[in-house]
Amino acid sequence: MNQLKKIMGVLWMILAPVVIYFLVMGAVHNINSAGTKDINKPIPWIIIIAIFTPIAIGLMIFGYYSVKGEYDKLPDSSNDL
Amino acid sequence: MSFSNKLLIPIITASSVGTIIEWYDFYIFGSLASIIATKFFPQGDPAIAFLATLSTYAAGFLVRPFGALFFGRLGDLIGRKYTFMVTLLLMGGSTFAIGLIPEYKSIGFFAPVIVLILRLLQGLAIGGEYGGAATFVAEHSPAKQRGFWTSWIQVTANIAFFISLVIIQSFKNILSPNDWEDWGWRLPFLISIFMVAISVYIRKNMAESPLFAHAKAEGKTSVNPLKESFGNKANLKVVLLALFGVTMGVGVVNGPIFFFVQTFLLKTLFLDYSQVNTIFIIGVLIGLPTNIIFGSLSDKIGRKPLLLLSMFLALIFFRPIYEQMYQTANLKNKTEDISQISIEKKQEGLLTISTTRHFYTDKTIFQEVEKLTTLQGKSSKTELVKTIFINNTDKWKLILLVWLLLVIAGISYGPLAAYLVEMFPLKIRYTSLSFPYHIGFGILGGMTLVIGTYLVNKATEAHDAKFYLAGLNYHMVLMTISLVIGLFYLKENYAEQAGVKTSSKYKSRIKRGFGIVWMLLGLAAAYFGFLELGLPKIYSGKQDDLIFGIIMLAIITPIISGGLLLFGKYAWQGEYDD
Repeated sequence: MNQLKKIMGVLWMILAPVVIYFLVMGAVHNINSAGTKDINKPIPWIIIIAIFTPIAIGLMIFGYYSVKGEYDKLPDSSNDL
Repeated sequence: MSFSNKLLIPIITASSVGTIIEWYDFYIFGSLASIIATKFFPQGDPAIAFLATLSTYAAGFLVRPFGALFFGRLGDLIGRKYTFMVTLLLMGGSTFAIGLIPEYKSIGFFAPVIVLILRLLQGLAIGGEYGGAATFVAEHSPAKQRGFWTSWIQVTANIAFFISLVIIQSFKNILSPNDWEDWGWRLPFLISIFMVAISVYIRKNMAESPLFAHAKAEGKTSVNPLKESFGNKANLKVVLLALFGVTMGVGVVNGPIFFFVQTFLLKTLFLDYSQVNTIFIIGVLIGLPTNIIFGSLSDKIGRKPLLLLSMFLALIFFRPIYEQMYQTANLKNKTEDISQISIEKKQEGLLTISTTRHFYTDKTIFQEVEKLTTLQGKSSKTELVKTIFINNTDKWKLILLVWLLLVIAGISYGPLAAYLVEMFPLKIRYTSLSFPYHIGFGILGGMTLVIGTYLVNKATEAHDAKFYLAGLNYHMVLMTISLVIGLFYLKENYAEQAGVKTSSKYKSRIKRGFGIVWMLLGLAAAYFGFLELGLPKIYSGKQDDLIFGIIMLAIITPIISGGLLLFGKYAWQGEYDD
């Protein structure tokens, strides 16, 4: 199980930059000064990228901890944290 | 340290009433968003459009985690009681003030700026409320009944949504359409002040959380909750686990239940606004006990299985449920009675309003209101509003489907507060719990509407026959990731915290029973993967389909169906018994 967690850790680490890449590409493709929908405006994209990037970085840290085996054994009680 | 049930009831009541009011305040802005837009954010001015976008995106989603950090820190420093009293006053005051703001036509640019500021304050307040209420109730509850008692906090969001719909619908029914448009929409905001006053009065007399008071008396509270929550690796990794393994998945199962489904019924199915409100009022009302039932069940069988079961059921059933909703209102499935068609035309100055009503044999009515402006002999279409009025049978079918969504959501939402509370130590619980909750629910769950709309638009442009289901892809991806993380990483930490053992005999029976379900799902996955998706694509003759078919046949289907069959077989044989 612990080995599996470590392997999956790599997946979470890769997933984070992939999410950011797709968001940036989504913004590049959809922002259009001639467009009238929300999706064509830069502000929603800036906000979405600004809020998803730290979450994606969090996923990357989660993956890193996972690879390092930090989740192999969690404390039995939250009081031990 | 715990309270008897008799003493707990007033504590739960006081906490829940306040939380209901906060959610009510938060929801009425969402429910009245279209009327607020016309009053404060008129179209045509780019600066106003910018403020409108900010008030939708930033205040609705972005500010909530900041509220969680700000009030979470206060709650861990000075106490739970005073902190969530402040959030209540902040929320109530902001909501009341929104009801007082003069319209754009009276004070111009100040109107949308004030709305934005008040909406930001609402976002901050709701960010601080949930963690405080969940922690406060959990710290009063006996460990063996923590799931049951905290589920009363969980049910507050549903009650608040129900109340907000009832109040809005009541005012709309009492007032004439013109009065509602002119000033009536302000009433749901203004009455909030009375509800807040009652709640403050009730909460004022509550005692501080006994566990927190005890820790404070012994000088064991945190000096710097933010640093200890996020600067301490041991706690940070649990925060990340709570986010990606719990709140992200539960957030996208629960977060969109109200506004995403409401928007789906209104904008994709074109159902009548009042009918949609009625569907939700009844659906939410009969779905209310769900959270409490599953919160209580988590005290008996553990919380982790319920959290994961909810995500799994959502993955399997969300698409069929939405498909059923769509087909229920789909006019292509109905027969029109052409002899009854009616067309009315009305002239208002340069505006011609043409109302066409199509009648169907099952008593469904489809109404199209077209507004044409005539200038110098030329007519141009300014607006076309489509509305479907469904019959009673279809209405009850939709109520049942909404209820099913609420049940799936309630399976995980009921035990959620107890699970999160148990993940974190007392001294930094408010901060550590609130932050992942509001990232999961506020941002990831809240974005379902925005991203769902984007995906539906894309699918429509691509002429996808099932465009209306495209919005669910975002849910599916996040739920899958969270389910996998939850399955492999989460601990069933309930037993250790509560000091009780869940009945292993009871759990083992359930696990064995579910073994058959997993095996059946494995067979179903094999059927769909090989016969419905894989082979037909191989023989379709298209290059893209061929690649997709090969991937389905050679990789995805064998892994999913084989894995489920093997997992189910082991579960059935008792290999996973404690």
